[in-house]
Amino acid sequence: MINKVLVALALLGLIILIMPIISNFQERTELSELSKKYIEGSINDLKSPNVVTSVIVTYRGLDTLGEVTVLFLATVGVGFLLQKRKKGKSKKDAPENLKTTSSFLAAMIMILGIYIFTHGHLSPGGGFQGGVIIASGFLLLLLSDINMKINHSILQAVESLSGVLYVGLGVIGLILTIGFLNSNILPLGEFGQLFSAGAIPLIYSLIGLKVGSELTNIIETMGGE
Amino acid sequence: MSTIIIIILGIIMLSAAFVTIFSKSLLAAIITSGVISLLASIVFLILGSPDVAMTEASIGSALTTVIFLFALKKLRKEKNNDK
Repeated sequence: MINKVLVALALLGLIILIMPIISNFQERTELSELSKKYIEGSINDLKSPNVVTSVIVTYRGLDTLGEVTVLFLATVGVGFLLQKRKKGKSKKDAPENLKTTSSFLAAMIMILGIYIFTHGHLSPGGGFQGGVIIASGFLLLLLSDINMKINHSILQAVESLSGVLYVGLGVIGLILTIGFLNSNILPLGEFGQLFSAGAIPLIYSLIGLKVGSELTNIIETMGGE
Repeated sequence: MSTIIIIILGIIMLSAAFVTIFSKSLLAAIITSGVISLLASIVFLILGSPDVAMTEASIGSALTTVIFLFALKKLRKEKNNDK
């Protein structure tokens, strides 16, 4: 009883604290100084139509590197804690039409994922979203076929290779004295084209491959048994 | 118009959150928490941020729900082994 009263009192205090902020809230009619800088810089300096991508990959590239590291650590933790038991061969085999249809669908889902991360600088989405979509394609395969096995060494090779290349692209920026993880290390190209915006599509594709293989690894360790 | 849609979605999300907290069945709790993420992604889309909406829809409602379901399956298997 006393617990509930205390929780209610705490919530009431929170409401009283937040109330002045909400009651003074007014919608901005113009952009703030910082967002103006970002939008102009994204169009003029980076030639990337999607401002969100240019903020994530270039202006806040170090944060993205940290995010990718967190995801990597999560994958390592899941793999370490949930060590796989030996898979007994189940006698039941998935129906043929289910297998065929799902492999057809999974290919299309993965192509959608690749489209999303290669066009990260042109349309909404990017490496993280595309990677998750690729992992969901693998999830469909795992759910439809009981005896499906995913080659772990290929997954690990893709994951570590893309991670090393991602950091390597950042270090190239340092060597050319442009800045760590700056995307101007490659020619900018024409505004709105697929091969434009410097290294942004390259970096986002690497992130997409890394996230996709990591999440596939997590799903496989959790569900494949 | 969009304000009305957002308010309706918010009410559904709140009730789904209550179901998540108070329901006795773990399966229902997992599914309703996935529903919250899905509706949240629609709200993000209406507010004009397709990037965040895509992230929320793919990670929040698809992947997290599936991983929770896998964990639930594992828990049930171990419960049966104990008996």
